[in-house]
Formats: sequence, C-alpha cells, structure tokens
Amino acid sequence: MDDTVLFSVMILGGIAIVSAIILYWVSRKFAVDEDIKVTEIESVLPQANCGGCSYAGCHDFATACANADESKFSTLFCPVGGQTVMDQVASIKGFAKVEKQPTSAVLRCNGTCQNAPQKVLYDGICSCRIAARISSGQTGCPNGCLRLGDCIKVCKFGALSLDNQTGMPVVDHEKCTSCGACVKMCPRGLFEIRTKGNNGEMVYVACRNTQKGAQARKNCKVACIACQKCAKINSEITIQNNLSYIPDSVSAEQFGKELSQACPTGAINYYCKKEETNV
Amino acid sequence: MCKIKTFSKGGIHPDKYKITTDSPIISAGLPEFVTIPVKQHIGSPAKILVSVGDKVKVGTHIADADGIVSADVHSSVSGEVVKIEAVEGGIGYLEDMITIKVEGDEFEETINLSNDVNREIPYTAEEIINKIREAGIVGMGGAGYPTPIKTSIPEDKKVDTLIVNGIECEPFLTADDRLMVEKAEQIVIGAKIINKALGIQNAIIAIDENKPKAIEIISKITKTYVGVNVQVCATKYPQGGEKQLITAITGREVPSGKLPYDAGCLVQNVGTVFAVYEAIMKNKPLYERVVTISGDTCLHPANYMVRIGTPASFLIEQAGGLTPETTQVIFGGPMMGISALNLNAPITKTTSGILLLSDAVAGKSPETDCIRCGKCVDACPIGLQPYLISNLVQNNQIDELKNCHVLDCIECGCCAYICPAHIPLLDYCKLAKMELRKKN
Repeated sequence: MDDTVLFSVMILGGIAIVSAIILYWVSRKFAVDEDIKVTEIESVLPQANCGGCSYAGCHDFATACANADESKFSTLFCPVGGQTVMDQVASIKGFAKVEKQPTSAVLRCNGTCQNAPQKVLYDGICSCRIAARISSGQTGCPNGCLRLGDCIKVCKFGALSLDNQTGMPVVDHEKCTSCGACVKMCPRGLFEIRTKGNNGEMVYVACRNTQKGAQARKNCKVACIACQKCAKINSEITIQNNLSYIPDSVSAEQFGKELSQACPTGAINYYCKKEETNV
Repeated sequence: MCKIKTFSKGGIHPDKYKITTDSPIISAGLPEFVTIPVKQHIGSPAKILVSVGDKVKVGTHIADADGIVSADVHSSVSGEVVKIEAVEGGIGYLEDMITIKVEGDEFEETINLSNDVNREIPYTAEEIINKIREAGIVGMGGAGYPTPIKTSIPEDKKVDTLIVNGIECEPFLTADDRLMVEKAEQIVIGAKIINKALGIQNAIIAIDENKPKAIEIISKITKTYVGVNVQVCATKYPQGGEKQLITAITGREVPSGKLPYDAGCLVQNVGTVFAVYEAIMKNKPLYERVVTISGDTCLHPANYMVRIGTPASFLIEQAGGLTPETTQVIFGGPMMGISALNLNAPITKTTSGILLLSDAVAGKSPETDCIRCGKCVDACPIGLQPYLISNLVQNNQIDELKNCHVLDCIECGCCAYICPAHIPLLDYCKLAKMELRKKN
C-alpha cells in the first residue's frame, strides 16, 4: 500500500521534473526576440484591429512604430486612438509629439427620401453591393446612395446609423475614427475621409452625380449641377464631369458658410461641431 | 433519329411559356429616333467615327473597334446624327450612345438586299474572319463576345467540332426557334462558312426537343450538306449554356477556368451564325436582330425583326403596351435577363427578348431559413454548393470562398429557382464572385 503511493509520487514527480527541464530548454531555444518597445506600444493601442492605419492589425502597426525613425514616425497615425494614443506612442519612442488635425468620414450624397423620391421597387437582398450591380437604384440616380446600409453593417464603432426619416445613413462625427471601412465598402464610393477644422468644421459637396444638371435634378433635388458658383468663391474648387469638388485644403472655417449658402441647389454641406448643424 | 442527349449534372425544368412559337418574324418598323450604344459587347467601347449633323445610311460604319476585344458598330437606320452623349441604359447607368433621327430608309450601296440564298462561299478563311470583323458581329446569345476573336483559334489549340447553339432553354423566348424555322438554309450555310474559317469539316446544330418544327426543317436541309448534322437535346435548363452543351454533345468537359476550345469545340448561337451568313453572302453588317416580345401581360406577343437601337418602349407599344398588371419588364430571358429600369433603353445586339411579366410569374416569395435540403446542390449544373457560398459570403469569409470554385458559376439561376426557402442564392453567388475578383 505504502509502496504504491511512494512509487506513484516518484514516477509522476519524475515525469514532471523531466517535462519542466524540456519546457525550459525549448522556451530558451525557440524564444522569439521581440523588441520590448513593440509590446509596450501595443499595450497603449486600442486593439480594434480595424486596419484603418493601413497595417494588418494593431501588432503590425506597433512593429512599424517601433522600427520607424523620426521622419517615418510622423506619417504613422492610429485613426481609432487618435491624438492621445499617438502622443503616448511618441513618448514611448522618445520622439516629439506629432500634431495631426482630426478627421472624419463624410457621406457625399444627400439623396434622402424627400430629396430623391423612390421611383422603382427593389425587392432583392438588402445589400448595396448587390443592388448596385442589378440597377442604378430605387431613386434612379446612378451615382447616389442606395439606402440599403452596407456601410452601417461594416462600421465597428457605431458611428453610422440609419435615419428612419430620411432613409439615409448618418455619420456621427464624434464617434467616427476614420478607419475607412465604409470608404472601402460603399459600391458607389460615396464616403470620403476629410480633415476637421478647429471647431470640427467640414465643408464638402454632398453629391457625386456626373450627369448633366437637368438630368441630375430630375432624380434628386439637391444634386450638384456644376453651376460654378462655388468655384468663383475659391479657386481651388474644381469642376469636372459636371461635378464640383472641394479639396480638403479649402478651409471650412473660412469658406464653409459662404459656400453652402452660395450653392443654389443646396448640394454643399457645411458641418460645424459648435453649432451641431448640417447646413 | 439518333439518341437525345443532355448534360449530366443538375438542371431544372421551368415552365416553358413558349407563347410565340408559331408567330412568324415580322418587321417592327422604324421608330422616330434610334440610340445606338457604342458598347454592346464584352470588351472596350468602340471609338465613335461620326459627329453631330452627319448624314448616315443603314449600314454606315459609325464606331470602330477599339483594341482587340471590341466590335464595330453600324448605323441601323438612315438619317442624321443628332446627339452623341451618355444616356441612361436599361438598368439606369449611363452609357455612351449615338442618337440618330430617322429620315427615310436608305441602305448603303454595298448591301445586297435580295432574298436569294447564295450557296457558294467565295472567300478564304482569312477573308471570312475579316468580313465578320467588319460586320461588327458579336455573340448574339447574350454574352456579346466578339465573334471574330472567338473564331480565331490560338495556334496551340485545336478545334474539331463547331456546335451551333439552337437551344433556347429560357422560358418565353422564341427568337432563335423562329429564325431556325424561317432561315434554316441560311443557318446551315452560315455553319459551313464558320467551318471554312476554322478549317474543319464537322458542324453540329443542336436543337432542343420542344422545337419539332425547327428539327424537321433543319434535318431535311442538312441532308444535302455534308458535314453538318442535327443533334436533338433534351429540354432542360440550362441546356443552352456553352459548357453544358459541349458536355451534352461531345461528352467532353471544359476544365475549370478554361475556354471551350480547350475541349476542342467552338459554340456559336444560331443568331450569330445567321448574322455571319448575311455578312459574308450579302455584305450586311449587324444592324438588326430578332427579338421576342412576350410575357403573361403582353397583349400581342410576337417575334419582331428589330433595328439595333430601337427603344424598347417602341416595341412594347407595338405589342399592345403595358397593362396595369405588368410589374416587371425584363430584357432577355426570365432566368438570366435583366430587370429593366428605363424602358427607353435601346435594343442591342444581345437583346433576345422583352418580357412583360406580372407578379403571378415574376413575384418573389418571402425568404425563410435554409433547411439544408441540398436541392441547390442537386440543381447546380456546375456542381457547386450554392448554400455554402451564400453562407460564406454573408459572413465575409472570402478566403474560404476560394475553395468553392465560385468563379466557375455561370449565373444560370437554377439554385435560386429550386430553393424551397426562396433564398436568393444567385445574388449571393454573384456577390461572392465580385468579392473574390476584388480580392485577387
């Protein structure tokens, strides 16, 4: 009886000791030398693994940060963590802080149920990508929002929601991290990442219709008709393919209000955080 | 008569609705304006040769093939070019089109308008292919692949059989059927012409069982032509699919991702073969085609000979117009056609029919959950697993999709047709193909 207990303990204990030695040796032999900074940087990253920084995930981004020199580092940015996280990363690296203007995604279409009424009935799958392949959509606008919400499904941060009144997705510019998932998903390419002004101002043409003015207006009241009025206010604004485009470099703070008021169809959207209004 | 052949895997038997089988092909007449798209084929759009104000005749070369995979476009009416701009096409997207105001009906002098059948082929293989190219002929079954490229076989490939596709397996459509009944000899000669271009002796005209008249007439004619034979195929959808037809007739299978000439075959639609005959023997470019207008809410279903560019609404008016029951207008067949958004869209080289359907025929039933019955797998003529593909694409598992061979899908719609849960499997398969191509 006693022998059995003794033998069991000895055999099992022996196995345990041998295993421990093997495990120790293996862990030494195959240890991966990782820069301690990578682990450190990774711990301050948001771990969303969204790919918004254009790297495969947070670990990949942390490695890139750890290996970057000062000039390369200034080009790296985590859109989800924003300025605070990047400041922390900079202090880990021992570099100076890099100031970046905050950005947000905007929807460049204002074809709401009121502005662009439904003309035909689509009874297929509730997916923009499929609907875009089948036809130009329920409103008839070949470039406009299909209002089926693929972008809402792909947003990981709850920044997109469907407005039941207008039938359109709405971007919450506070929650938006500019990860770019919606930009990639939208089959019409309606999302754009834009820089916010000091008070969160943004100004953009909420239309991508390339039809001629009269044709575009048939389908949608707020279509850009390429009248050139905005281009007269700021020379950086370009008109191409019957469509006006306001580059990111045009200061929304300075020109935003004027531009949105000058647009005869109301295609130019001006957003300001302070007033919380979309004009 | 020899054995009736068919493909081995899958397939369905939808209701036939061949209402217009006995309606002879009649001329649709001339509309006020025609709008001719410069891209009616797979490949790059043709380069426009005319400008606003130019006078054109029927058969005038108005747009030139741009690059190898492209096709010439000819005017289908005589008159004046009034507009060259992007206009909404059938599904609402903008396409470059040439609008011509119709004045009289003058033909180019080179076109031979007589109805005599010419039997001697006076050209060499090279000349034939050049003439096909000049006539702007593309595959008229629906895909619109330029015929001259299809007929020029790469040197390392060998083709021994030409299959003329007289199988119209889509419900409602009878355009090819009527063409075979009325222009039987021309089609047989057309097959001989393509044979000469390929340098082979063997052509098989495949016709499905439910066209007894066409089988009878063509069988009678082929007796006097050596090397052209008729093969009757079972009435089954999608018997008219290129790969299915090759399997049915020769027993060979086209490998995944390969083309018919990898199986030693060339398949041409009867409409294309007739167009080839007209181009070679009558010097006639492709400016008109047979279009079936039908559907359960169509008041006067018929087969029309239509000039390319005629607005669909013009044809619909001729057939009695839309009724309050019409809820869907389809360009093409009900299985693979497109649901039209813009009825002013023109008839193109590939439009085989216009269908006016009611909810009773085209309506959708509410979707329920998949019960894993496997009917879609049984019905798929390629042997894919549509239920699995739809699941994967809905969960965005694109990498796993690579193992499903979804790019071999011919988009026939058998899976969605047979699904007892009414899941739009075809749409998911199309989405899967799109996502895979995007990823590659």
